[in-house]
Amino acid sequence: MIVLAAETQNPLVPPLSELIIGLVCFLGLFWLLAKTAWPAINRTLAERTDAIEGGIARAEQAQAEAKATLERYRGQLAEARHEAARLREEATIQGAAIIAEMREQAQEEARRIIAAAHAQIEAERVAAVASLRAEIGTMATELASRIVGEALADSDRQRRVVDRFLAELESGAAEPVSTGGPGSGS
Amino acid sequence: MIGAGVTPALEGTCRVLSGCGFPAPGTQSFEFSPMFSLAGYEVTKPVFLLVLSTAAIAALVIVAFRRPALVPRGLQNAMEVYYDFIRIGIARDVIGRDGERFAPYLGTLFLFVFLLNFLEIVPGAQFPVTSKIAFPAVLSALTWLIFNYLGVRRHGFFGYLKHVAVPSGLPKPLYLLITPIEFVSTIIIRPFTLAVRLFANMFAGHLLLLIFTLGTTYLLVPRIQGIFAVVSFGMTFVLTGFELLIQFLQAYIITLLTATYIAGALDSEH
Repeated sequence: MIVLAAETQNPLVPPLSELIIGLVCFLGLFWLLAKTAWPAINRTLAERTDAIEGGIARAEQAQAEAKATLERYRGQLAEARHEAARLREEATIQGAAIIAEMREQAQEEARRIIAAAHAQIEAERVAAVASLRAEIGTMATELASRIVGEALADSDRQRRVVDRFLAELESGAAEPVSTGGPGSGS
Repeated sequence: MIGAGVTPALEGTCRVLSGCGFPAPGTQSFEFSPMFSLAGYEVTKPVFLLVLSTAAIAALVIVAFRRPALVPRGLQNAMEVYYDFIRIGIARDVIGRDGERFAPYLGTLFLFVFLLNFLEIVPGAQFPVTSKIAFPAVLSALTWLIFNYLGVRRHGFFGYLKHVAVPSGLPKPLYLLITPIEFVSTIIIRPFTLAVRLFANMFAGHLLLLIFTLGTTYLLVPRIQGIFAVVSFGMTFVLTGFELLIQFLQAYIITLLTATYIAGALDSEH
């Protein structure tokens, strides 16, 4: 009987029993999954999006921080370099000043020494002139007394006296020989 | 004999050249005698497969998302790829951002239809449950209810009718023509085309596969003509691959059209 009933079935006319079981199956499946699986996966996907976006935000923040630190270090490094250059320049200038000063001092000293030497020489010369003057006076007086002591008219004696005087001078016997009286000079 | 549909040729009683005609598959191939009776309800093969598939989908999805990990692996990963394909590729792309709330329905619909289609080429089952028009009819009726309900809720009853049947910006006389066409095509014809498209594709696909499998047996004779059995056998392979494509495509189409109808009902333009 069933076979006969089936034979008359039109494939375009759905039997009611199949409609019902189909509806029950699909709606049951949808209801079950809507209760359990789909919300779970929607939640997980949302959480994952959050996690990924949060991770990106954190990474961006870390990157910004690193960049700021790098900038700061660069600034400090540049400052240090600048400072070093400044110090070097200062040292060069100072060195040059010191050298100039030393040179100045050395020249001053040299001038001073030369001046001292000149002064000493001058003093000695003055002393020598003074002593010579005194000696020449004595010698001239002695010579004169000797000449006067001899007979002024006798030219031979005159000549001898002078010769002898000169010879005495030459021989270093500076002491004059008293040959005449005190009134016979000049 | 007729109950199992494919029995005559499979039993090998009839061969080419032996005088009997080709036992061509027909509508009788889609009619089954009850396998067993359960509480007065006679369970046929399609119904049995339907219940089995429903349970299998429920188990698959629930197991996949039982303890959803933030970093998915294995089954969860695969099901997520599927769900995102529905959520992004269909719901969001067709309906818009607002459409993501329909992803659970569309996701269930696609899996349901695809597995029922897929049974066409599963050894042992080898019958597309969706080739019984009752099941596509149920799905298309649900789609019809959903999009009309959403439309009425969005625009009000008369507002929705106007939204459907009176597209704005046309010359006045054209409405005489357009309004009946739009109304009939959207409200009356839509559910039928949606159901029949799926049903007919799977019906025809099953017939095609039957013709070549039955043909292989029918032509398998120890003569030179037996070479045709080889050709027929090859065709079953080609068509099995082709049918897999059709199964996927039909599941995709019914899901996509459902999304499109929902989008059309929610659309505030016109």
